[in-house]
Amino acid sequence: MTTAVGTLPGTTAATLESADPKPIIEPRSEFDIDISGTVGKPFVDNPKMQSRNCNVFYDDKQAIFDVDLDIGKNEIIALIGPSGCGKSTYLRVFNRMNDTIPICRVTGEHTLDGQDIYAKDQDPVLLRARVGMVFQKPNPFPKSIYDNVAYGARLHGLASNRSELDDLVEASLIKAGLFSEVKDDLQKPGTGLSGGQQQRLCIARAIAVDPEVILMDEPTSALDPIATAVIEELMDDLKTNYTIAIVTHSMQQAARVSQRTAYFHLGKLVEVNDTNQVFTNPEHKLTENYITGRFG
Amino acid sequence: MNSTITSTQIIQASLRKRYAKERRFRFFGLLSILISFAFLIVLLFTIISKGLPAFQQTYIKLDVTIDETILGVTKDSEHNALYSASYNKVIKQTLTTMFPDASGRKQKRALKNLVSSSAAYDLRDAVVADPSLLGTTQSFWFLAKDDVDVFMKGKIDRSLPETERRIKDYQLSWIDALLAEDRLEKRFNTVLFTAGDSREPEQAGMKGAIMGSLYTMIITLLISFPIAVASAAYLEEFAPQNNRWVDIIEININNLAAVPSIVFGLLGLAVYINFFGVPRSTPLLGGLVLALMTLPTIIIASRAAIKAVPPSIKEAAVGLGASPVQTLFHHTLPLAMPGILTGTIIGMAQALGETAPLLMIGMVAFVAEVPQGFLDPATVMPVQVYLWSDSPERAFTERTSAAIMILLAFLVVMNLLAIMLRKKFERRW
Repeated sequence: MTTAVGTLPGTTAATLESADPKPIIEPRSEFDIDISGTVGKPFVDNPKMQSRNCNVFYDDKQAIFDVDLDIGKNEIIALIGPSGCGKSTYLRVFNRMNDTIPICRVTGEHTLDGQDIYAKDQDPVLLRARVGMVFQKPNPFPKSIYDNVAYGARLHGLASNRSELDDLVEASLIKAGLFSEVKDDLQKPGTGLSGGQQQRLCIARAIAVDPEVILMDEPTSALDPIATAVIEELMDDLKTNYTIAIVTHSMQQAARVSQRTAYFHLGKLVEVNDTNQVFTNPEHKLTENYITGRFG
Repeated sequence: MNSTITSTQIIQASLRKRYAKERRFRFFGLLSILISFAFLIVLLFTIISKGLPAFQQTYIKLDVTIDETILGVTKDSEHNALYSASYNKVIKQTLTTMFPDASGRKQKRALKNLVSSSAAYDLRDAVVADPSLLGTTQSFWFLAKDDVDVFMKGKIDRSLPETERRIKDYQLSWIDALLAEDRLEKRFNTVLFTAGDSREPEQAGMKGAIMGSLYTMIITLLISFPIAVASAAYLEEFAPQNNRWVDIIEININNLAAVPSIVFGLLGLAVYINFFGVPRSTPLLGGLVLALMTLPTIIIASRAAIKAVPPSIKEAAVGLGASPVQTLFHHTLPLAMPGILTGTIIGMAQALGETAPLLMIGMVAFVAEVPQGFLDPATVMPVQVYLWSDSPERAFTERTSAAIMILLAFLVVMNLLAIMLRKKFERRW
């Protein structure tokens, strides 16, 4: 039996072992594995967004440790890892959603097309118009489908008149693959749709602002497999026009939709590689443990 | 296996106890509701049974010969002369003609007091409006004096010895004579709704107090609602968290809600009247004082409502690039509006029924005029209830209850309004 001494924060393995003479859980050998740096290829030739020395703190607690990562143009990058590993926190660094949490502090350099997004003169409103976000739980506004999609456009004044706005709403709904289902009910409440439709409505809402990057935070975790399949197909279509970073708990989903996969563990970026490689021949022992289902 | 049976038995044995507990709890819950309901019924029954008669008022029909010689005017007289002529004498003359048996000053005065003092004014207005009435004999329905009214409503017992009765035998005979000729009639008491306060019960109405309350409430709403919602939104959405000053402000807002209302009256007296020189007894002043009192109620309710807005909606808006203020006005406030409105109506209902702080700022004065604006002296409904309940005339007893009924009706209307507004805003999902 391995003893877990001097392990990473949050370890409960030692207590588990002493409490139960016959451990149901295998000794968690992964805590002995060194994750001092990132293995694989965190950098790409044509980056859309770049992150260097990223550290995120909640008050005194550090959530992200020295992460370097590029998000390439028109690629889908999947961020995977066990719960609480900081992948959602890291995703929110890219559109400064962490700004809304008063105790959250982000350090490091982050760029969009080479521009520092944390610069003093960078307007977070403009940034969020360029880097859209889809959340874990579908969160349509309690307004009509039309108003949901039109909201961002109205906010930023993207349409000068009613017919332009109509066109924009229609185009966004078509891109999100929802138009054919709701075209006769545009004035009905967005909250009345099914879970999968609501999530596609949220995607349409994000697209309507015409962002360059879309961040997706576990967009299908609240959906059934059929709705999930529809959204995965949609992501594949979207990548021709947009750069997508997706956080997911489902390794199958990461394998299906992404070109590159980044594996996070306890706030550190362990491995980044082409998705194929991560799932067939992972470089790091922790990645292997995770994708083979030894823990997670 | 053995242990399973035991635990099942244990659970079965405990079940009976659990159900008994549940039944007891339900019984006590039901009991407390029934008790409070019974009290409510008793309260409403006493108020309504006492107050209902006040919605009727006795009128007396007199055939008045409008004698030009008594009045000392003619059809061609000036308006002023017509206006200031002594119509009292004509009324007196009419009554004396009808009941020549009245003798002595006391009886004559009692005879005149069959009708209210407003009869002379009614007659005057009729003659001024149409001078051709002079010299003719006309039938008028005049307000009966409060004693006659009280008697007509059966509140004076005929069988009592004369010395213990407010209405003497000779007055009774006149009333009987009038009744025999169908000259006494109970009609709906419009005076109650169209007149201001008066020392004469039969001429006293709630209109002054209703208008005073209305003007006061408008000021209270206009001042407290925007300030309270803005404070709540700032404290919930923008104020730095874990800041000592913010904590102090929060604690003090909660404390303000518990401050006795008369203290707000003293504050209003010191600050508004003595420092700012706001005219006393006015709806403006009352509204300002009541706004102070209403603020914490609305702030606390609004904060709770704003806090209850799901953060996912705010995140969605921020994620689309909405600024904090846009997020607040487009999403947070509309979604919190039903809760905010409920808090506002509760605060307003409290303010509507408040008397104590208004005593401090002179709104307890006797005001006969119906206020025409925010700067006219006025009373409010609960103060009117207090003033009438304090009056010695028997007829004010029923009017006090009637005033309470009108006040309650206002509260019910306000609550209905609140429910309607809630429904309207909630329909937006």
